Amino acid sequence: MRRDQTILAVITLGLLAYGFYQAIYVAPTEQTMGDIQRIFYYHVPSAWTAGVMFFVNFAASLVYLVRLSPGISKISAMIGNVVAAICVIATLLWRDPLYTWTVKFWLVFSIAVLYYLFWRLGKHTSQGRADAWAVSAAEVGVVFCTIVLITGPLWAKPVWGIWWTWDVRLTTTLVCWMIYVSYLMMRKFSNSSQTATLAAALAVFGFLDVPIVYMSIRWWRTQHPSPVFASQGGSIDPAMSHAVMMNWLAFLCLAGLLAWMRYTLDRRRQHLDYLHTMEALSVSDSARRPTELKGIR
Amino acid sequence: MSAANNSNTSNSAAAMLRANLAKDLRLEWRSKDALNAMGFFALLVVVIFALSFDPTAEESRRIAGGIFWVAFLFAAVVALNQTWAREMRNQVLDAYRVSPASASALFFGKVLGNFLFVGAIEAVVAPLFMVFYNLRPLGPAWQLIVVFLLGTWALVANGTFFAALSLRTRNREVMLPLLLFPISVPALLSMVEATTTILAGDGSAGMWIKMLAGYDVIFTVAGLLLFELVMNAE
Repeated sequence: MRRDQTILAVITLGLLAYGFYQAIYVAPTEQTMGDIQRIFYYHVPSAWTAGVMFFVNFAASLVYLVRLSPGISKISAMIGNVVAAICVIATLLWRDPLYTWTVKFWLVFSIAVLYYLFWRLGKHTSQGRADAWAVSAAEVGVVFCTIVLITGPLWAKPVWGIWWTWDVRLTTTLVCWMIYVSYLMMRKFSNSSQTATLAAALAVFGFLDVPIVYMSIRWWRTQHPSPVFASQGGSIDPAMSHAVMMNWLAFLCLAGLLAWMRYTLDRRRQHLDYLHTMEALSVSDSARRPTELKGIR
Repeated sequence: MSAANNSNTSNSAAAMLRANLAKDLRLEWRSKDALNAMGFFALLVVVIFALSFDPTAEESRRIAGGIFWVAFLFAAVVALNQTWAREMRNQVLDAYRVSPASASALFFGKVLGNFLFVGAIEAVVAPLFMVFYNLRPLGPAWQLIVVFLLGTWALVANGTFFAALSLRTRNREVMLPLLLFPISVPALLSMVEATTTILAGDGSAGMWIKMLAGYDVIFTVAGLLLFELVMNAE
């Protein structure tokens, strides 16, 4: 393990312990559900973390596809600019008493930050790196999505009286999980030289599909408790939301750490593939054999 | 790639599309591989479902839409698995890759061809299905045709793309359904719900048809945009 990874691991452990303390001991007991509700502090942050990881997978896959040819790079940069501009204008023109100017400022600010990060990452991320991030994020995302799918029924059995129901959030999560499992299977079963491109195309399809799945199943049926963090209806004790946020931070660190370690591993695998290829190409020509590949990390 | 010589790109793309479609139709007309396999398979699934559930019960009206589309999802996979395999024979696909012809034209031609094959089989099996299950649409019957066209397009457009993806994998026959089914969940849900609504005649299927149309547009565009990258993947 690299030293910066060790530091992140220590921070993650500390956050996990603090989050556990907050969730189990500090947060007040919920009135109707009792202690069973505490699984919420693991269920919800896992779901958000899985969402973030799937988004990272999508972004990395896009970067990979964009890098395939300079023509696509140019067109996609143009599309990106237009989309960012539309987001900013729509945010500014959105008329709703809920969206005050402060909120609008933060929204525009976060769009700008995302745009900058994406542009920056896109400019300095090689295809190999983008692909390594895509596979790492997908694997970690599937792990967290599995946690969501296991903790959900554990909570639902005592509260709803059933393990599972075909409600919109449950079904969408399950379909999302299936999409990314099929993504990982596809990576496992394809040839190494073409895996990255095929997987990136599939990742774009999968990510496009998730909102459509959500809409279609919402029309089909819905039962899940509405999000307690939404503006209307739900309310939540500050100590509870603190526990959730701390756990989310801890889970994000854990997911980031795992993905980072997996990324390092995949970069080494790529390097090894490269060395094997070069060796096969020039067995006799020892002078041209690469001993070190720059920027492998 | 395509911007290199776009003197009469649109013209040549349309010509390529026609040529690809004509070639697929001619091949299929001579061999009838996909049509035979798919038609018989769909018939088998329909009969097996009819034996597994009681087809004469009033309940069958409720599940008939689901059975019909599941049968065609499986049957389409049987045909789609072969659709690129014939391009692999004699390195046709490699030849296509080195030619300046547009990849989207190949993809679109394939989708159109498969759409015609699956549609033809549906046109034969659907009346049989209505007879076997003693069905009669209680809602507007013309909507059924719209649902069939849009639903078949959804299966075929995505299926052709994923068949091209799974072509490069070790066990491509298994890979196609593994990729296609999860992504097709919203389309399948829309087709089944729309068909069931029309057959049972309660409420309007308009929302599901719109959903299906949106799905078709999004994934056809995504397929057209990404196909060239997939075909040239090294």
